Amino acid sequence: MVLNEQDRDLIAAIQGGLPLVEKPYAAIAAQLGLTEDEVLARLEALQTAGLIKRMGVVVRHRALGYRANAMVVWDIPADEVERIGALLADETCVTLCYQRPRRLPAWGYNLFCMIHGRERDSVLRRLEQIVAHHGLEDIPHSVLFSGRSFKQRGAHYVETDSQSKRLGRSHG
Amino acid sequence: MDSIDASIVNHLQEGLPVCPRPFDDVAATLGLSVDEVLSRVQRLLDDKVLTRFGPMFNAENMGGALSLCAMQVPANRYEQVTAEVNAFPEVAHNYERDHLLNMWFVIATEHPEQAGDVIRQIEQTTGCQVYDMPKQEEFYIGLKLAV
Repeated sequence: MVLNEQDRDLIAAIQGGLPLVEKPYAAIAAQLGLTEDEVLARLEALQTAGLIKRMGVVVRHRALGYRANAMVVWDIPADEVERIGALLADETCVTLCYQRPRRLPAWGYNLFCMIHGRERDSVLRRLEQIVAHHGLEDIPHSVLFSGRSFKQRGAHYVETDSQSKRLGRSHG
Repeated sequence: MDSIDASIVNHLQEGLPVCPRPFDDVAATLGLSVDEVLSRVQRLLDDKVLTRFGPMFNAENMGGALSLCAMQVPANRYEQVTAEVNAFPEVAHNYERDHLLNMWFVIATEHPEQAGDVIRQIEQTTGCQVYDMPKQEEFYIGLKLAV
């Protein structure tokens, strides 16, 4: 799918968040000089094309009291990644689960999942239960807790007028 | 945050419909007015429990690139390197982690070819090698908050 100028304006208008009103898409339409139907149709097209996964929220787990944020990484044989990845993603404490490439010799793990908990001990206990429950004792894994968090923002895909045009529309 | 807030967040994480009155369903399901749902979401945003309410983009399908990167940063230069890395607008998150690879950050670029440029610039600026680990597969995560 190729983004047209109108799509880029629409994405720029919503990427920072939707207006919190009863009819948010009508509000966006008014802002852009479009009809509500036009906005809904383009958003549906963007979702169908897979550019937008869904209209959702980003939760800050630290603000919910989940102070321990562990990246648990696993070194899983290629023919087992699918099965074990799906098992881990199903665990209620797992909030992200990705397969990524190893970078040998510095990095030998190929499955990454995030586990949030109120404290480190509870995260480690939960992890032990997961390992025992699914019989993962032979899969090497490592737990990387986070220390300081330095920067947290959503990704922006279209430069808005207030931002630099450096990545701007010439590529569009 | 009470159990009603948690229910609202779970519904929003699942995704809001693209239709003229997208909050009606969640309000009806929870037995609330749309105004109450909106004011609770606003409060969760004000309290920074939610950082954003809106479209969740698929970076790859947007034509862009998103990658997790790690570096081994000497302890005595950690703060300086942090400032250097965070100065790049393409760096979206940056966490210190307890491993030999002790700095982990996400790079988001509008075009895939920019990711390599950003990585090279970060390596030149910091003098640290960047290990780039783009996602190969994402496993589906369901609803999570305990209500």
